[in-house]
Amino acid sequence: MAEHIARHSPLGGFAARFAAATRGSGGAVRLAELPYPAQINVRLDPKGPAADAVRLALGIALPVEPNTAVRGGGLAALWLGPDEWLVVGPAGTAGDLESRLRGAVGAYHAAVTDVSAQRSTLLVSGPRSRDLLSHGIALDLHPRSFGAGRCAQTMLARAQVILTARDERGPGFWVLVRSSFAGYLAQWLLDASSEYTAPGYAAQGCSASQ
Amino acid sequence: MTPQPFRLPDGGRISRGAPLAFRFDGVAYQGYRGDTLASALLAAGVHQTSTSVRLGRPRGIFTAGVEEPNAIVQIEAPFPEPMLPATTVELYDGLVAGGLPGQGRLATEPDPARYDARYAHCDVLVVGAGPAGLAAAAAAARTGARVILADDQPEPGGSLLGTAEIPDWAAETGSELDAASEARVLRRTMVFGYYDDNYLLAAERRTNHLGSQAPSRLSRERIWHIRARQVVLATGAHERSVAFAGNDRPGVMLAAAARTYVNRYAVAPGRRAVVFTTGDSAYCAALDLAAAGVDVAAVVDARPEPGGAAERAARAGIEVLAGHAVTGTSGEPRVASVAVRALCAAELTGPAREFAADLLLVSGGWNPVAHLFSQAGGQLRYDAGLGAFVPDGCRQAVRVAGAARGVFDLPGCLADGAEAGRRAAEDAGFTAARPLPPTSAAGSAERSAPSAHLWVVPGPDGFGTHFVDLQRDVTVADLARATGAGLRSVEHLKRYTTAGTAHDQGKTSGVLTSGVIAQLLGVEVAELGTTTFRPPYTPVSFAALAGRNRGVLHDPVRVTALHDWHLAHGARFENVGQWHRPWYYPRDGEDMAAAVARECRAAREGVAFMDASTLGKIDVQGPDAGDFLDRLYTNMISTLRVGMIRYGVMCRADGMVFDDGTVIRLAEDRFLLTTTTGNAAAVLDWMEEWLQTEWPDLRAHCTSVTEQWATVALVGPRSREVLAGLAPQLAVDACSFPFMAWRETAVAGIPARVCRISFSGELAYEINVLPWYATALWEALYEAGRPLGITPYGTETMHVLRAEKGYPIVGQDTDGTVTPQDLGMGWVVSKKKRDFIGKRSHLRADTGRADRKQLVALLPQDDVLLPEGAQLVAGDRLADPPVPMLGHITSSYRSVALGRTFALALVRSGRERVGERLYVPVGEELIPVTVTGPVLYDPEGARRDG
Repeated sequence: MAEHIARHSPLGGFAARFAAATRGSGGAVRLAELPYPAQINVRLDPKGPAADAVRLALGIALPVEPNTAVRGGGLAALWLGPDEWLVVGPAGTAGDLESRLRGAVGAYHAAVTDVSAQRSTLLVSGPRSRDLLSHGIALDLHPRSFGAGRCAQTMLARAQVILTARDERGPGFWVLVRSSFAGYLAQWLLDASSEYTAPGYAAQGCSASQ
Repeated sequence: MTPQPFRLPDGGRISRGAPLAFRFDGVAYQGYRGDTLASALLAAGVHQTSTSVRLGRPRGIFTAGVEEPNAIVQIEAPFPEPMLPATTVELYDGLVAGGLPGQGRLATEPDPARYDARYAHCDVLVVGAGPAGLAAAAAAARTGARVILADDQPEPGGSLLGTAEIPDWAAETGSELDAASEARVLRRTMVFGYYDDNYLLAAERRTNHLGSQAPSRLSRERIWHIRARQVVLATGAHERSVAFAGNDRPGVMLAAAARTYVNRYAVAPGRRAVVFTTGDSAYCAALDLAAAGVDVAAVVDARPEPGGAAERAARAGIEVLAGHAVTGTSGEPRVASVAVRALCAAELTGPAREFAADLLLVSGGWNPVAHLFSQAGGQLRYDAGLGAFVPDGCRQAVRVAGAARGVFDLPGCLADGAEAGRRAAEDAGFTAARPLPPTSAAGSAERSAPSAHLWVVPGPDGFGTHFVDLQRDVTVADLARATGAGLRSVEHLKRYTTAGTAHDQGKTSGVLTSGVIAQLLGVEVAELGTTTFRPPYTPVSFAALAGRNRGVLHDPVRVTALHDWHLAHGARFENVGQWHRPWYYPRDGEDMAAAVARECRAAREGVAFMDASTLGKIDVQGPDAGDFLDRLYTNMISTLRVGMIRYGVMCRADGMVFDDGTVIRLAEDRFLLTTTTGNAAAVLDWMEEWLQTEWPDLRAHCTSVTEQWATVALVGPRSREVLAGLAPQLAVDACSFPFMAWRETAVAGIPARVCRISFSGELAYEINVLPWYATALWEALYEAGRPLGITPYGTETMHVLRAEKGYPIVGQDTDGTVTPQDLGMGWVVSKKKRDFIGKRSHLRADTGRADRKQLVALLPQDDVLLPEGAQLVAGDRLADPPVPMLGHITSSYRSVALGRTFALALVRSGRERVGERLYVPVGEELIPVTVTGPVLYDPEGARRDG
């Protein structure tokens, strides 16, 4: 409906600085915004019929183990609480995803809420991404304890985030943050990523020893 | 450049190919990479670094590590930093420093360096990379456990760096750990705090040693937050002194420190030395110094029968005086001669001997470094054999290895460390795949003699220069005065004499103090105990603790999707919680009052708009949602029709106003409610608490959608024209789109939910769109409204407009002691509902009192703008204190619409006082005000429909 209207993602203004930080690190850390992913908040009784209906409709089950995520069919379902999940899908599919979920739960008691604009999504990846995040996240991000399939709601520096380990090979995380905090978090990550700037990049003028 | 007359021709761990120029107290010197400031000064022959804090006595370098009490320096360049022990400052080119007599100077310019933090988790944390710690880390790492080894020195080795025993083993073991994928060696990292659940803090000095060459992209210091399943403390031991006359003179140095200067830094701390010891370890120092060319005049051993070590020294041609003690020193400022007498049963006997010497090495025994263990909650036990406090039990998963638990021989430390590391890894769930290879350290067959425990050498003239705490200038005489005054507890004596309270926290003096006190009181040291060890083990800079949390990153600033527009249009911002909200938009030359007056006029007379996106928004879904909201709000919500909006108030169980906002009914089983900006999270928590703990049977779910919607308030008699132009599909007339209704339509082509809500009394709309489109909407409104003079306005104008209408703001006009009835809003409290939160409290006698404070408006005389928070009194003359207070001003503004100033106030029996004159004390004046009803503007509500 609003395709012709100019759209601004919360971190659109950071794209060039994210790219520069990524280049500056020689790819050791990669920062990028994933703009406009569909995000639907789902609340229901995981033991009730609505949970089964959602599983059938999405092709993935809503995880019941705390702090885990389930992926499949281009979707991810992140555990947020005993009766709450965030279902994430590709950009532009929020309306469809919301309808599918609403249709699936039908008359069962459940809450399906489009929250796609509520949070911004940052991709933090690269071989040093774990190090970068550990400047501000108190959780153990080692693959032994936070590998693929894990998610958590925690603090990154002074902003609340939903953190989930990306499923692809190689270290990488999605960081979902309330859009109003996104600018703060972007500045914080850029500042912290200066640690991973490759020596000699952008005429920093110093031979760094670490 | 001063030469280095005391630098040994070869040996040491310094890089002679990397000379470094530095200045100390205005003099240029040279040292080498690998030096500390202390070792470089000693190489130049400089012992004295400053004078003492209380007595102004000359003081010199006393140790070679963090325990240093004397050589405290101020770094001036490249960046000022106060109170650093010269023994811990790695030398770099261009260093400018000076000695400090006890107090430093903080930098006045901003620190340009970065500081940061890291969180780390491990199976085994080993503190200290001496022989025990390295062996522990290596043993643990071999199991595959995640190991962190933290050590304050630039290279692993600990005491081995100073003793030069088993050369290369430390470096090789360090390299092995560096290469292990799950091990991390933190060099230059001081673990300074040990807290519950094996949570430890460490400070890493990352670029300090690079001086002005430090890369600006790297943090200068870093605080490590380490959570470890198992901890091995291999923190070593500190040598301690003995109290004798003149034991503070420059040239007096701990024996092991002198050994370290010779072996690690290739520096002879003097030309001719006397060694005063109570045990075997100082003989190694004597022999190493002799081998380095220092003339060792004598070893003065307090023990009548020293063991094999003494025989070894004698064989090397060193005179050993068994059963003797040093009774005094002389020389100005530095030691020139040392007086010695025989000591028998704590009495001096026989003739005095004088030795010419420029160096006096002292070894009064070894104190295990139990600080972290004690911080962890561990108990210490006095070991009479060792003459020291050693770790006992601890509730945390911690082991102590090596010298830190009183194992002082090298093979013992290596074995003890390896065992501790292996067992720590096992307790963390890992088993060793292959054993640790044996090290070359051989046990000694030498007959060792037990150490003597000598705290004080008597006389000759009182105890006024028998120093116990060098940094605080505390002597045996001071302690005797304190015990003479009746003090018995070490804690009291510490506070009375300040012993152990300086920058060094008594690392070399604490146990000596206890020993002296015990002797003065005639009790056992074990009975006396120690003072409490608290973090930090060594001082930590505030900059490091602040880390990245400073400047713009000090606290998150929350902004709306329209923030950039506000910035570009000159908005001044107000902090509302963490939000930055536009406060007002001054034009060229306007002050705040002028800008707010202009914005108010636009809203009342034309059209104005504001960013209201920060309002909290909660989506409530479920068949019982209406019932749930009926219980939360004081008024009836369930009767609201789909498509309509209702204002509502929430109370706490005490009946006091908690929050207010609007509820819109999206569907039969779905509501969207708004909260005040600052209360969004608290209201959601409140709702979840009731749903989860009290009413789990209710089928309703809450979801925060605060940031799913950007909200623009379009306000003013001409707002309808602007909206109509942008929303052609919307019937905007008052009949089709009445007050407190909402419609979905496209505004400027953007899907929007438009609500007819007014917080100003004017015709007004709140337009909600996805924040991605907020700027497009805002700019379209700005463009469409331009012919009508559309004016952006901020929170100040919003406050004025609502106050003119007597609309309270929760948190400004209320303070948790105000009921809806107090606000004159009895109409919002349902009489029909069976129950709601706060209902029962409204039936209490107290909430029904007629003399409660009630919200009224005040009209001040002479157009005075009253300060918010000012008190109200009855008479035109202040009564004697305590002056009876009738209430206070909650809001105060200048109103264009009213042509005057006005205020809102909570006033005792306020509604009964309408028409009365009260007074507001402001400074020395009493300002008269007239009490009136709270609605000053358009009381009949004629402007609502435009």
